[in-house]
Amino acid sequence: MPEATPAFRPVETIQDTRGVIQRRPRPAYGRAIAAVVWKDLAAELRSRELMGAMLVFALLVILIFNFALDLDVRTRQTVTSGVLWVTFAFAGTLGLNRSMAIEKDRGCLDGLLLSPVDRSALYFGKTLGNLVFMLIVEAIVLPTYSALYNVNLFRPALLVVILLGSIGYAAVGTLLASMAVQARTRDVLLPILLFPVVLPVLVAAIKASNAILQSFEPSEIWPWLNLLIVYDVVFVAVAMMVFDYVVEE
Amino acid sequence: MIETRRLVKHFGLKPVLRGVDFQVERGEFVALLGPNGAGKTTLLRILASLARPNMGSVRVAGYDLPRQAASVRSMLGVVSHLPLLYGDLTAEENLRFYGRMYGVPHLERRVGEVLELVGLRAQRRELVRAFSRGMQQRLSIGRAILHDPELMLLDEPYTGLDQDAALMLDDLLRQVVTRGRTVVMTSHDLSRAASLAPRIDILSRGVISASVRSAEIDPLQLPTLYHSVTHA
Repeated sequence: MPEATPAFRPVETIQDTRGVIQRRPRPAYGRAIAAVVWKDLAAELRSRELMGAMLVFALLVILIFNFALDLDVRTRQTVTSGVLWVTFAFAGTLGLNRSMAIEKDRGCLDGLLLSPVDRSALYFGKTLGNLVFMLIVEAIVLPTYSALYNVNLFRPALLVVILLGSIGYAAVGTLLASMAVQARTRDVLLPILLFPVVLPVLVAAIKASNAILQSFEPSEIWPWLNLLIVYDVVFVAVAMMVFDYVVEE
Repeated sequence: MIETRRLVKHFGLKPVLRGVDFQVERGEFVALLGPNGAGKTTLLRILASLARPNMGSVRVAGYDLPRQAASVRSMLGVVSHLPLLYGDLTAEENLRFYGRMYGVPHLERRVGEVLELVGLRAQRRELVRAFSRGMQQRLSIGRAILHDPELMLLDEPYTGLDQDAALMLDDLLRQVVTRGRTVVMTSHDLSRAASLAPRIDILSRGVISASVRSAEIDPLQLPTLYHSVTHA
């Protein structure tokens, strides 16, 4: 059987005339990122473990808040941004933990780290995957929340804030989840590491969302939006630089 | 192909490798034996760029580790204790994913060839989480050879394999050597190591304690040598 299908090329094709092994071309950076995202989405489409947990948790949080805060219409407007971002943050943490646990459980993280690609490509792939999961959950939570609280959340500016906040959350969360996954107490460790670091993103997102929902002047919204953009850029850049050291033994 | 000098690695205060000097020529097949906790897996992880040594130098295929790790990784095929496979992907999807990560040309054809080789063609569309330990190990071997690596690092690759799969791996490893590839394999099976690998190194208490040629030692004497080295 092995002779029928050659597993290995003849040695002449991997060495030059001096016997030196030829340097192999590395896979394109973008393709490696796309492969990681595809893998995460395909696996999740099958198991629905991660999305299922995030979604059930998010909907439960909204329901609990709905019953706990028996509020008039005006007060509802003021608490909406806080309730929304608490829901996104908690559901996001669940997803981040699970997403990295899948990599660790069968040693798949080693499989990823053995790939001959720049490790920042692995980081971007995992971050994009986590961001997609967060956005899907948010896309289901928003209409549910609108229906329960009778608040219109489909405002373009608010959707931009949610996108920017989710990018920052997924960027920091993926980095810290890769760190926490090495520990035995990873489930407890991630929120403890994540929330203090991601606090500026959450505060900026809550303030910007609140300003949009209460129809404040753009001059009161822009500072928070700018802060979100700056944090997103800084967090992504820092995470890209340190990911290699975080995941190595 | 591999050259380590005075390699030291400790986890916390516990030393695992205590100055390992280990050289492997290109095309050589070395079996690395040693008791549990001797440092075999740690040595392989350092060679695979998955762990950093605390002291000492490592060169693989002329590249320094960990500085030039990405160049080394493209030449490595690694089989470890864990399968490194995604349970929620099929056998075919797992290989396709790793093939993309290694930039394997003609990927679909190569995936088919490898599945045939490891005897999992019929199960190619089944989820890996439904595979037995042996089937996962077969696929793990397929994953390791998918990109036709120049250096194979195998950490107890026979674990979980049934008789047929073990013979398949025997054939594959013989093929690896005749095609000029380099293999370092850890094992607890002395007779299999002696029958496959022309050179046997014994790692004990964090150092290479003995290095023998299989041809120069009576297979029946190997257990005695092993015990004398590891219990010295």
